[in-house]
Amino acid sequence: MALLSVDNVSKRFGGINALEAVSLTVEAGEIYGLIGPNGAGKTTLFNCMTGLYTVTSGAVRLEGAEVQALKPHQIVKRGFARTFQNIRLFANMTALENVMVGRHARTRANVLGAVLRCRKTRAEETGIRDRAHELLRYVGLAGKGRTLASHLAYGDQRRLEIARALATEPKLLALDEPVAGMNPNERQQMGELFRKLREGGVTLLLIEHDVKLVMGLCDRVAVLDYGRKIAEGPAEAVRNDPAVIAAYLGGEA
Amino acid sequence: MNLVLESLHRRPRLVAILLAVLLAALPFLMGFGLGNAWLRVLDFVLLYVLLAIGLNIVVGYAGLLDLGYIAFYALGAYLYAWLASPHFGLHLPFWAVLPIGAAFAGLFGVLLGAPTLRLRGDYLAIVTLGFGEIIRIFMNNLNAPFNLTNGPQGMNLIDPVSVAGFSFGRPLHVFGLTLPPTYFHYYLFLAFTLLAIFVAWRLQDSRIGRAWGAIREDEVAAAAMGINTRNLKLLAFAMGATFGGLAGGLFAAFQGFISPESFTLWESILVLCMIVLGGMGNIPGVVLGAVLLTMIPEALRYLGDLQRATLGQVVVDPADLRMLLFGVALVAMMLFRPAGLLPSRQRRREFAAEEGLAEQVQANLYDTRN
Repeated sequence: MALLSVDNVSKRFGGINALEAVSLTVEAGEIYGLIGPNGAGKTTLFNCMTGLYTVTSGAVRLEGAEVQALKPHQIVKRGFARTFQNIRLFANMTALENVMVGRHARTRANVLGAVLRCRKTRAEETGIRDRAHELLRYVGLAGKGRTLASHLAYGDQRRLEIARALATEPKLLALDEPVAGMNPNERQQMGELFRKLREGGVTLLLIEHDVKLVMGLCDRVAVLDYGRKIAEGPAEAVRNDPAVIAAYLGGEA
Repeated sequence: MNLVLESLHRRPRLVAILLAVLLAALPFLMGFGLGNAWLRVLDFVLLYVLLAIGLNIVVGYAGLLDLGYIAFYALGAYLYAWLASPHFGLHLPFWAVLPIGAAFAGLFGVLLGAPTLRLRGDYLAIVTLGFGEIIRIFMNNLNAPFNLTNGPQGMNLIDPVSVAGFSFGRPLHVFGLTLPPTYFHYYLFLAFTLLAIFVAWRLQDSRIGRAWGAIREDEVAAAAMGINTRNLKLLAFAMGATFGGLAGGLFAAFQGFISPESFTLWESILVLCMIVLGGMGNIPGVVLGAVLLTMIPEALRYLGDLQRATLGQVVVDPADLRMLLFGVALVAMMLFRPAGLLPSRQRRREFAAEEGLAEQVQANLYDTRN
């Protein structure tokens, strides 16, 4: 069974068809790339999958169970986390606090536990803190836990967003343009991080513009254009697809 | 002075003991030093601290601007009056009525919050403002066809607090001293205030508190962390309302009389000002704000006496002066300490970040010019 399957998803905003009957499947353990020109509907599809938008029609299945009617926080609990294209960190919290918030989905302390601070709550808090430190090290932000999120360098902010998403213990992690605005060196380091993530058992779904990175990294790629999927398959095959070339370079498909 | 502060900082236990002694002795210092009128002010200070701590959960922690907070205070007070006054002939004991009143206000918090918490910022502020006014107007008019609230006349002869057979309604004579009920109220209110501070402080530094902070910063990102934003906002609203209801019940028992006049929009704004002035989100700041904004207007009364003594008449009414100083204080604060007198770590960063950004922009301008 596919980890994620998107089945004929359409999304209309007023008279605009942002997505038209898009279908794709992501298998556990792969790095799946989603590419397409600006305005093709990549982020809209992300938002439909993660519960931020409600789909106009179609279904999104996570491990076979329909999730398109669920709220974002419920989808996260089922193991599908995401990052945002325009970084959405909790800017006035420290890096560590950001990741600690990410543990919310996997912890339980309620008001009573928080007020009484019983042994269980204390143990949970220690666990949250330890895991957060661990994740910061994992993404390469060791020693920056006390830095304010908004004071981090741009590339580090991207990394922090990934650490925060990882704190929710996702099976599937969707990254919306994670290397946008980075230099080639930083991009390469991020690519290494993605491979490490996959080895760690996280399936990745990647929106990306950098074709080189996508081709080098992704097992399979889907191409969106004007809200339709125009190609899907192994990276190399997609690259030579005439429809894809036409979409990127213009001209008759 | 700095040396003293520093050595105190290193001995938190000593500070706690000193503070406890001071808080315990305060009513006697006030009562014998400044007179019993000030003791009454002190009791009100504690009620306002309680209110401010409650509103701080809603505004400071969860970032939901609530302009009708005093409605929950009113609900707590009226519920107390309904269950413990001759109005309906009910005289339930204090310890039973107070939690019922707090829960009643909390329930209204949820009832108001459920449909409105999808609104944000200004819109939420307007709706809560409307709610506050609706409650007050209801209290003002529900004397017919069925006399529920006795309308603008208000309800009086409310039962005083009675703990273990000891009524707070009469003064106590011990060791040749006469202690008016304000003394007992002080300790009672202090206990509840400390309890509220404890609860708020524990919540702030917990999974729940972090989730509130995340919602305040970015609701979409918070939801993407698995935070059920609707429930947590409702929780903040309900907790704030519960504290408000608690304060309302204490107020009714303390005054023995309540009327809609005590629950005007001005009161909501006053409590909000306490938070903003003191330092939103930070408990010591909120307490300081409540203390200052309750004490200063009382202190200003002396200016009337002073004018009468020196000029023979009152030229400037202290009540007018109060509003003037209030405005000046708020403007001065916005200029010099925009995050409040004692801001929380997070607020300080927010304002510092904005300032830093402005400086950076300016620096960039210079860079491009040179």
